[in-house]
Amino acid sequence: MDYIPSSDNDLQDMIRASGYQSFDDLIATIPEKLRFPEMNLPAPLTELELMREMKQIAAQNWPIDEYLSFLGAGAYDHFIPTVVDYLSGRGEFYTAYTPYQAEASQGTLQVIYEYQSLMCALTGLDVSNASLYDGASALGEAAFMTLNIDPAKNKLLISGCIHPEYIQVIRTYLGPIDAEVVIIPEKNGRTDLDSLEKLIDEKTAAVFVQSPNFFGTIEEMEQFSKVIKSKGAFFVAVVNPISLGVLKAPGEYGADICVGEGQPLGIPVSFGGPYLGFFTCSKQFVHKIPGRLVGRTIDTCGDLGYCLTLQAREQHIRREKATSNICTNQSLMALRATIYLCMLGKKGMREVGELNLKLSHYAATQIAAIDGAQIMHLNDQAPFFNEFVVKLPVEAVALCEELAETGTFAGLPLSRFFPHLKNELLVCVTETKTKNEIDHFVWELGEAIQKLSSKGAAV
Amino acid sequence: MSNVPDTLKYAESHEWLKVEENIGIVGITDHAQYELTDVVYVELPKVGATVSKGSPVAVIESVKAASDIYSPVSGEIISVNEALPNNPADVNTDPYGSGWIFKIKLSDAGEVDSLKSATDYSTQIGG
Repeated sequence: MDYIPSSDNDLQDMIRASGYQSFDDLIATIPEKLRFPEMNLPAPLTELELMREMKQIAAQNWPIDEYLSFLGAGAYDHFIPTVVDYLSGRGEFYTAYTPYQAEASQGTLQVIYEYQSLMCALTGLDVSNASLYDGASALGEAAFMTLNIDPAKNKLLISGCIHPEYIQVIRTYLGPIDAEVVIIPEKNGRTDLDSLEKLIDEKTAAVFVQSPNFFGTIEEMEQFSKVIKSKGAFFVAVVNPISLGVLKAPGEYGADICVGEGQPLGIPVSFGGPYLGFFTCSKQFVHKIPGRLVGRTIDTCGDLGYCLTLQAREQHIRREKATSNICTNQSLMALRATIYLCMLGKKGMREVGELNLKLSHYAATQIAAIDGAQIMHLNDQAPFFNEFVVKLPVEAVALCEELAETGTFAGLPLSRFFPHLKNELLVCVTETKTKNEIDHFVWELGEAIQKLSSKGAAV
Repeated sequence: MSNVPDTLKYAESHEWLKVEENIGIVGITDHAQYELTDVVYVELPKVGATVSKGSPVAVIESVKAASDIYSPVSGEIISVNEALPNNPADVNTDPYGSGWIFKIKLSDAGEVDSLKSATDYSTQIGG
């Protein structure tokens, strides 16, 4: 898509045509304090100077592939086949803006249609939207949708094992709305089913449960489904799409809506995104689903074609009664996910899932053998996928700092979100790690624990 | 020219009402369906809901727009046209027959008098 800026002359012509003398006259009705402030910007740079400056800024990054990273917690380091970069970087696709005009964008629309079909197959549900900004906002949209279906229900039950940042985003979404958010407490690394049974009532619009949850543990989704269904609430499953190669699809255990972060599907980890929110649901919600939908149809010549559909949900038609304010999607990222899923196929997704499972369990077993380290929740028969919590004999933050010095990111200290969990470390192991790397990490962990313990003892 | 049967009462927002005993049947007028063009979806009200005159109770989606349907009278929704979600085009082809939307038990029969006659409604739509 071309970007053609307006020249100063164009701007003057437009201002005069609208009957004003200057730009300030045009915006005189906007109170001064609400106007864009004068900005004190440095002088423009030449291309050479700009490249130099940008390189310096970029050099402050710690690219994950130059380190040994066991970080997860919502952003996952997976192998991305080269073809994903190659195809998504092609000029026909490569734009931050999604052109939806059916007469000009059949390729883009077909990709979105394929993306929707793949996400439906992956999650076992009937309908997928064209994608949302990120996983967290997909949860926010699910909160809106489930609350809007029956105005008599204004309560949402949110598992306390959902990513804390996702819960924050739900709260932000619901800020101006008359709705109650109740957190279902965590017990031994999982959402407490007994508490859910006590909390759920006829006012409950929906229940949100994440599996694998923030602590890496796989939840008993079928049990939740039964309890939720018996009370007539909707079941929102939050999942890691990579786990669906080996775990049951949400549609199979009765989830009404499935949302999550699509970043693991061929999108690199990066601070601030862009990431990919996915949203699938059963057919009964097709007139309520937020965001764009692409449908397949037959044109006047009898040929296959693709176009946006069911737009009466959206705000350009439904105005203030629209089901959501999202009138776009995350097309470039949805394209990457589409290519990734097509490249791997059913068999590849299963293999990636199995590799994650095997390598993370190998790592957990090795770490458990370190003196003083303990894998949490294993004794409670709680299975995990590619992430688990290690309880250390030392503070997790100190240990991470120690290992970062040698280029290893040990994981996420849980104290960042749960201040009382000072010694707990969330470790993620994906298919990108070799056995040698895991062994090296385990050795480093052991050394650092010893060093920090003796330091602590000396004080 | 639109069909405006004499036997019905009309709301300014283009719903028709047919009263039998204490029960009202509601749909949208021939003029309304013509303006909306092809109806593709109807979101029906909830049976058992108590609604007041003029409150939005259903939604009709056409290829052109989505429009709220307002209850022309106050009362309790006692049944809805279950066939409509699968045959939304009935609203276009037979707006006063198989295209009916819901039945309401009137809580104030006096409200019917405040609705328009066929003549007044015809004048409103310029027919």
